[in-house]
Amino acid sequence: MKKTVKIGYIALILLFIYIPILILAVYSFTDTANIGAKGHFSVKNYITLFTTEELLQMIIGTVLLAFGVAVLATILGTLGALGAFYSKKRISSAISVLNQVPVVNADVVTGFGICILLVVVFGVSKDTYIPLLVGQTTLCAPFVYLSVMPKIRQMDSSIYEAALDLGATPFTALWRVVIPQIVPGILSGFALAVTLSLDDYFIATYTKPATFDTISTYVVNATKGSQTSIKTALWALSTVIFVLVILFVLVMSLRSAKKEEG
Amino acid sequence: MQKFRFSRKSLGIPYALYLILFVVAPLLVLFYYAFTNGEGRFTVANLTGFFTDPNTMGTLLYSLAVAFVTTMVCLLLAYPTAYILATSKLRMKGVLVMVFVMPMWINFSLRITALKEVLNLLEGNLAMYPFLNAVVGMTYDFLPFMILPIYTTISKLDGSLREAAMDLGANEAQTFLKITLPLSVPGIISGVSMVFLPAMTNYVVLDMLYNSTYIMGSLIGSYFSAYDWHGGSMIALVLLAIICIFTLLMGGDSEENARGGALL
Repeated sequence: MKKTVKIGYIALILLFIYIPILILAVYSFTDTANIGAKGHFSVKNYITLFTTEELLQMIIGTVLLAFGVAVLATILGTLGALGAFYSKKRISSAISVLNQVPVVNADVVTGFGICILLVVVFGVSKDTYIPLLVGQTTLCAPFVYLSVMPKIRQMDSSIYEAALDLGATPFTALWRVVIPQIVPGILSGFALAVTLSLDDYFIATYTKPATFDTISTYVVNATKGSQTSIKTALWALSTVIFVLVILFVLVMSLRSAKKEEG
Repeated sequence: MQKFRFSRKSLGIPYALYLILFVVAPLLVLFYYAFTNGEGRFTVANLTGFFTDPNTMGTLLYSLAVAFVTTMVCLLLAYPTAYILATSKLRMKGVLVMVFVMPMWINFSLRITALKEVLNLLEGNLAMYPFLNAVVGMTYDFLPFMILPIYTTISKLDGSLREAAMDLGANEAQTFLKITLPLSVPGIISGVSMVFLPAMTNYVVLDMLYNSTYIMGSLIGSYFSAYDWHGGSMIALVLLAIICIFTLLMGGDSEENARGGALL
């Protein structure tokens, strides 16, 4: 293949991915509600976004939920991976098969199942946030498990034994020898859990309290409604998130570039 | 009395219990609800109802069609992208790959909102092209999930195999067809399984793009809104069966963390 063809192809795919986001970003700085129409520069969408109580609550709620779910999922998934690794073959493969269920299952089914179990069968009120927390944790914990497990496998087991020989209790050895070695896996599992929770729509719809909205459920409902000021404020939200993602990626690439140098 | 001794195995107990409570139990409950009626009596009416109602069968076929076309389009767009990225000798390759993954960190509902505005501009009336919009929307949402596993597989290929083929007189096309393509099949499989199933169930993409035709996910949504747990459970079971068949056909590598691998 010719080099220009290759570059052209990559550019086309990138255009397909980025044009909608960029057009929305440009129009978020205008006073028009119709893409394609002429508008004047305005930051009113950003003012609406950061002053409307409802929008702020929804954003803060989504972020708090994501971190709460990620903490729960990280604890459960990490303990599960450690336990499974040290258990007998039969138990550990049973855990890893069950762990795979929420990963391959459709989120609609996971959410609907949790809703029936907790809300319909056990009568737990959705207003307690328990179904929502449990639902999203069920989605996220398996991914933590999957990102911690390879790190446990790579670990040098003789260091743990050395710690025991030198008089450490099993708990101390675990806390001071094993856990530090798998921290990268735990951290990437945590980040993955945050991402999955932020992006989740289906589990949240089936399990959330009626008065609570995540970004996903809010946006989906807002696009059905006709409130223009809210609709265009969401363009601003999309742009803010886009900029945050770019900053995050930049920081990460600079860091890894520095690591390679030093 | 024996004192409790800390053992590393016992660390797994909380998660094992959690899995039994919130992974196994919901499946059992779905099963129970799918085969009972409102009075709690055993019935196969939900099952026979699904397979004899032309509406639900139509929905099943429509979702399969949307999922199949979406998967094909994603594969056709993603394979060359992944191939070019993986075989290029760019120094900043990692950054370029990140550029392809970045959109996945923007909430999908916001991305689809953006796409909707662009399609609206191009088509005038979104309701005119429901199937096209469904495929474009799903492709827009899931394309990175197809690019990444294929990219990873091609990147890991042993370069000496391609060089050997070239040395033995194969041209670029032959080398690709006989070496690179067959060896990248695992990546294709993992990409396909990450696109096909969500494309059958992610009904919000259709909703947001004004496609009012149901796919399998929408059926669960509508039973949920009508508080019909029995009907919804049957749809969930049908979906589970499709997922099982699909996973078996694809020979799913259970340790392969494709969805997570794509996100991080």
